[in-house]
Amino acid sequence: MTTLGSDPAPDQADKTWTGATRRLLERRLPLNHLLPSRQPFFVGSWVYVFGVVAITALIWVIGSGVVLAFFGPGWWHVSGIGRFVNSIHFWAVQLLFFFVVLHLWGQYFMASWRDGRAKTWLVGVVVFVAALVTGFTGYISQQNLDAQWIAINAKDGINATGAGAFFNVLDFGQMYGIHVMLLPIIVTTLVVLHVVQVRLRGVVRPIEARTAPTGRKPPEAGAS
Amino acid sequence: MSRPQDDQEAYYRGIPTVPYDLLKELLIAFVVSGVVIIALALALSSPDVPPLTIQAWAQADPVDFVTTATSELAGTSFSAAYGPPYTDGSDSVQTLGPLAPQQWAGNAVHLDTAKDFVLGPLAAAAVGNADLAAALTTYGSADDATRQGWLDAYTTALADATTQNGAVAVAPGSYGPVPVLMANLLGVARSGGLDGLLLAGHQFYQTNYTGPLLFMGDGGYLAGLAEDQHLLGSQWGMMNETGSYPGQEWLWLYSMWYQLPPYNTAPNADLLVVLTMLVLTVLLAFVPFIPILRDIPRWLPIHRLVWRNYYRWRKTHPEQAAL
Repeated sequence: MTTLGSDPAPDQADKTWTGATRRLLERRLPLNHLLPSRQPFFVGSWVYVFGVVAITALIWVIGSGVVLAFFGPGWWHVSGIGRFVNSIHFWAVQLLFFFVVLHLWGQYFMASWRDGRAKTWLVGVVVFVAALVTGFTGYISQQNLDAQWIAINAKDGINATGAGAFFNVLDFGQMYGIHVMLLPIIVTTLVVLHVVQVRLRGVVRPIEARTAPTGRKPPEAGAS
Repeated sequence: MSRPQDDQEAYYRGIPTVPYDLLKELLIAFVVSGVVIIALALALSSPDVPPLTIQAWAQADPVDFVTTATSELAGTSFSAAYGPPYTDGSDSVQTLGPLAPQQWAGNAVHLDTAKDFVLGPLAAAAVGNADLAAALTTYGSADDATRQGWLDAYTTALADATTQNGAVAVAPGSYGPVPVLMANLLGVARSGGLDGLLLAGHQFYQTNYTGPLLFMGDGGYLAGLAEDQHLLGSQWGMMNETGSYPGQEWLWLYSMWYQLPPYNTAPNADLLVVLTMLVLTVLLAFVPFIPILRDIPRWLPIHRLVWRNYYRWRKTHPEQAAL
């Protein structure tokens, strides 16, 4: 039996799933990449702030959404405090999409998918689509005239694809459940993945930056 | 997940680095965005036009209510003839060549507008109401041709209907029991009972508003309210909100197609728009691999604005930049 701390080479000897998972995470998620304290000086541009503000707006959306979900979908219609919390939710969503769109366009014109970052771009687009669906189900869950009309108006587009047979926009319970539970988990998970992808690779170099360390010309606008 | 850049120092070689506190930046952004959001919430609140109830509809526009209910009973309403996923009809089924996903998905709701919106609620309301019970019996025992004759005549008469003390009056004619049925349905609706009857048909706890929403959508009153709030599809309503509030303006592109030919006149416009957006989304996702689309950022000088400090530095430090 080996006592804790006396194993001469614990990582090599450790054949457990837990040990293998730890080694994988240490190798794939190094903390100096996830939480760097220095950055190339060219990140001193407002474009890099757009994504950060989008994340903070998402935090406000989720925080206010948790309160709204806790008190139930009818609360904010009859409570002054509820209306205020709903207003925070409403404007945080507006801010979120405003900065998500700015972030998307900014990253496009920076061709941020270069040098092995195509998957980061791809996940970002999936986040955007998931956020659109989340916003849509949220508008349907408002329980007011706008929600009624959006549901009636949107059903034809959903039905035309065949999705209406299992995604019924006129079923408040289904839309509300998806909006407050399923989609927030999906969006949050994808955002975390997106941020980790960005941190692991680091920010992309400016377009037409100098020759790559290998001596090869770095792929400029194309993905690698 | 992406693998960590093996050698970030080599990747950024020659480029100076600066201290950068990501978490501090995140906290500052959180506070600033929170101040903006709370200020907007305090100053502008949020939109909340109350929902339309069937009671409010029947009280505000009895003729529209009765006309809609008659079309539901006759099976001629938009919903009755809709097709999947609500009915076995085909009027709203959209296809593109051999592509018919709406038809493939099938009828999931199995809506019967005559039974679900009119006869079922009236049967519940007929308890203790001998006139209504008799009218239902007469209607139920008549053959299809007779019923159709009553409904056609009553539908025609409704075009010139007037409202008298909350009741709908039409010129005398051969309508069978239909006026009694409709007068009772209007009465139940005006009392608020129909809102409950349309929901309570299946189970005690209820969160599915498919029935009442389709019923209200078949009428003209709700559409009128939506038009007043600039919510119609022809008004770019998909991205609007009630009042002067911003709506889902991020759906501008989706909404735009509905304003343009051939989408705005195509019978399968919804399917065409969805497929168009699907193609565009796939193109967006795979921009890194698509020539021209991935080259545009290099051709346009916007990146020179974003990284202007870098390009300025490169001019003054050509040797270091070439490392």
